[in-house]
Amino acid sequence: MASSMLSLASASPSASLSMHDTLKGKVRLGSGNLTAWFHKEKSNPFINTKSSGRISMAVAVNVSRFEGITMAPPDPILGVSEAFKADNDEKKLNLGVGAYRTEELQPYVLNVVKKAENLMLERGEYKEYLPIEGLAAFNKVTAELLLGADNTVIKQQRVATVQGLSGTGSLRLAAALIERYFPGAKVLISSPTWGNHKNIFNDARVPWSEYRYYDPKTVGLDFEGMIADLKAAPEGSFILLHGCAHNPTGIDPTPEQWEKIADVIQEKNHIPFFDVAYQGFASGSLDADAASVRLFAARGMELLVAQSYSKNLGLYAERIGAINVICSSVDAAARVKSQLKRLARPMYSNPPVHGARIVANVVGDPTLFDEWKAEMDMMAGRIKGVRQKLFDSLSAKDKSGKDWSFILKQIGMFSFTGLNKAQSENMTNKWHVYMTKDGRISLAGLNLAKCEYLADAIVDSYHNVS
Amino acid sequence: MWRHQLMTTSRCFSTSIRALHWWDHVCPAPKDPITSVTEAFLADTSPVKINLGVGAYRDDEGKPVILQCLRDAEAKIAGCDFLESISSAVSSKLVEESVKLVYGKDSDVIKEGRYAGVQALSGTGACRLFAEFQKRFHPESQIYLPNPTWSNHHNIWRDAQVQQNTFSYYHPDLKGLNFTALMDDVKNAPDGSFFLLHPCAHNPTGVDPTEEQWREISHQFKVKNHFPFFDMAYQGFASGDLDRDALSIRIFLEDGHLLGCAQSFAKNMGLYGHRVGCLSVLCNDMKQAVAIKSQLQKIARAMYSSPPVHGTSLVSTVLSDPDIKALWVKEVKGMANRIQTMRTNLQESLWQLGSSLNWQHITNQVGMFCFSGLTPKQVDWLAREFHIYMTHDGRMSMAGVTTGNVNYLANAINEVTKYGENA
Repeated sequence: MASSMLSLASASPSASLSMHDTLKGKVRLGSGNLTAWFHKEKSNPFINTKSSGRISMAVAVNVSRFEGITMAPPDPILGVSEAFKADNDEKKLNLGVGAYRTEELQPYVLNVVKKAENLMLERGEYKEYLPIEGLAAFNKVTAELLLGADNTVIKQQRVATVQGLSGTGSLRLAAALIERYFPGAKVLISSPTWGNHKNIFNDARVPWSEYRYYDPKTVGLDFEGMIADLKAAPEGSFILLHGCAHNPTGIDPTPEQWEKIADVIQEKNHIPFFDVAYQGFASGSLDADAASVRLFAARGMELLVAQSYSKNLGLYAERIGAINVICSSVDAAARVKSQLKRLARPMYSNPPVHGARIVANVVGDPTLFDEWKAEMDMMAGRIKGVRQKLFDSLSAKDKSGKDWSFILKQIGMFSFTGLNKAQSENMTNKWHVYMTKDGRISLAGLNLAKCEYLADAIVDSYHNVS
Repeated sequence: MWRHQLMTTSRCFSTSIRALHWWDHVCPAPKDPITSVTEAFLADTSPVKINLGVGAYRDDEGKPVILQCLRDAEAKIAGCDFLESISSAVSSKLVEESVKLVYGKDSDVIKEGRYAGVQALSGTGACRLFAEFQKRFHPESQIYLPNPTWSNHHNIWRDAQVQQNTFSYYHPDLKGLNFTALMDDVKNAPDGSFFLLHPCAHNPTGVDPTEEQWREISHQFKVKNHFPFFDMAYQGFASGDLDRDALSIRIFLEDGHLLGCAQSFAKNMGLYGHRVGCLSVLCNDMKQAVAIKSQLQKIARAMYSSPPVHGTSLVSTVLSDPDIKALWVKEVKGMANRIQTMRTNLQESLWQLGSSLNWQHITNQVGMFCFSGLTPKQVDWLAREFHIYMTHDGRMSMAGVTTGNVNYLANAINEVTKYGENA
């Protein structure tokens, strides 16, 4: 083709030029049939797209720009589900991703969601673009759900709320805001934390470091370590906190500990940044699970809060959440909201409508809202039941006297078993129990029927593998 | 800088007051030039107001449309529980069908699986994913955007921190393509530059290269070893024929370019609010396709994890059910036809009013938009006095024109233009 023409030009000018002109002439005549033109090219004796080195330009042009790109490592959490699917053993158990399952280990679409979707289908609503900040009705109810409808900050319109793509999308917007307006500021994340937090801050170019959180000796909170690390951080750092049901450990601070954490944050002039992915899922009560956030807001602090409706409304795949920034004034909230919009526009223009409508319909309708609370109570209840049964089974089967009560103290979908990497691998390789290598199991994927089997697997892995 | 100032001055204040001024240095963002037009329109209470701002299709009554094929698809999937485990299969189906649409179902790249395809958050999301990918793997590269282009293209590549340039495109006097200048810019750009191209129905100008011109451009791209990135937001809307509208891409394909393409289903399926699109990057072989796909998914994972399933299910259903797809093809043609008719009507009305200006471009230009040539002053005048809203660059969304308002619109345009630009 053309490029080979150029390299041939160096060999014999007149012949190749005339060929080139002829070809150009053919192009101009615009022979309608592309394929015919192409095939004529192929049979042209001057064009040999395979052999000689002089034609290297023709070959080079077909080489992809992205030649050197290597395969990305599989996501540590989502990769677990993929491995589980590939396993044919009938005893297999998926305790990987934090997605709720029923006692029959089936995914669960909440009844209120089905009702809301039916309403929406009947109404036949339009599919026009949402504004950049999302559905107004959704933004209103999500802030109220988080803070309480009669909260001062809401009444005073000091909350900038922008609909986001579930927790991830909302965190990313916040990270972009931090990068733009607090260049150089660090985010402190708990050790351990949800695997994707690091990816989000890395890609947003926000530096991060860890604060101590999990104490393997007690399988509980390393409170002293946490406080020390918060105190040692440079003033004005952003502290990423899990509002409730810490992921992956399931270990939450007590109310008294929250007060002390707030003290240190105020003292060091840090900014609290909450990730609320499990409101309602931890204790079964939406209000109780928002207590930590409300405590900080009540102190008059400015804070960031990312929300997700993936778990508590089972809307995982609809990608519905929000980023809230509680500011000290109405004016600040308006300005911050405008800048969040400016960050969202070049990311995806405006957020998806379907999930937002579902949430707005469920939370905005008193009957549906009550039904939702009941379903949530049921889901959280099932998990608590499973925790109890697992604890009972472990206590019965483990003759070593090890104290497994931390399982009962932990809260939410996950439990940090205290198993190390090798032990976790044993769980998978020998027992076909799929979990993440940090020892985290998703109790949402466990049912009463399998508790004994799981207990056997844990006892074996803990004692016989190091 | 701001934070430091705050901290030095506030050392004498108590802790609780100090904590309350984190956002003092955040200024109000400028309004988005396109969405702000809709905002202004909504705030206007005049009964004769017309919104020619955002490129969203309207029927002849000026109402948004839910395509029948979508209603059929909704009915088909209603009651199916679309759960996380199914959504990745649905997503793959969507990508499969999307690439067939743009590259042609019999194309070699499809048969050989030589593409990395991921679902994206409509056109914006697809462009952003590509921009981030470009930054990550060609950090020193730049992007050449046509002048003019959709305003959000500038935002996208800027936020991805990729340096941007423009290349000549629109000829303001001809109100057509400045082909010579375009080719010069293509030739003068450093070898191996990244270019963004609108495969059809250029936004905002409605000016597209001819088939011959596309072949010349493709040829020159090969000579210069440039990377062509296509933003396909209006497939079906330009000519009414989905394959015809993809001709430019297929020319590049035949020429052997390993291009990238962003696709949006916002307009041609009326799925605006659902954010459904696709990004594909063509590769040498399947192995590379798998690697690139994994990297694209990694970028998406840190932005929003996964795309929303509802719209995906709809598109996937429409494209894979032969009856529903046939209906869709008809409906797209219907939408394109209505817009063509409005173009003709507007042009005729202006001639009938005795406007002495050349309005040929109204029917020469293609797709949803007409680059009217109106000045910012005239645009403001139209809004103020006539309650007609469009973006400041004079871009009119023809989808907002109806048989009911076309005469009013022609009259208004005539009023603001009859005394020349300085009136």
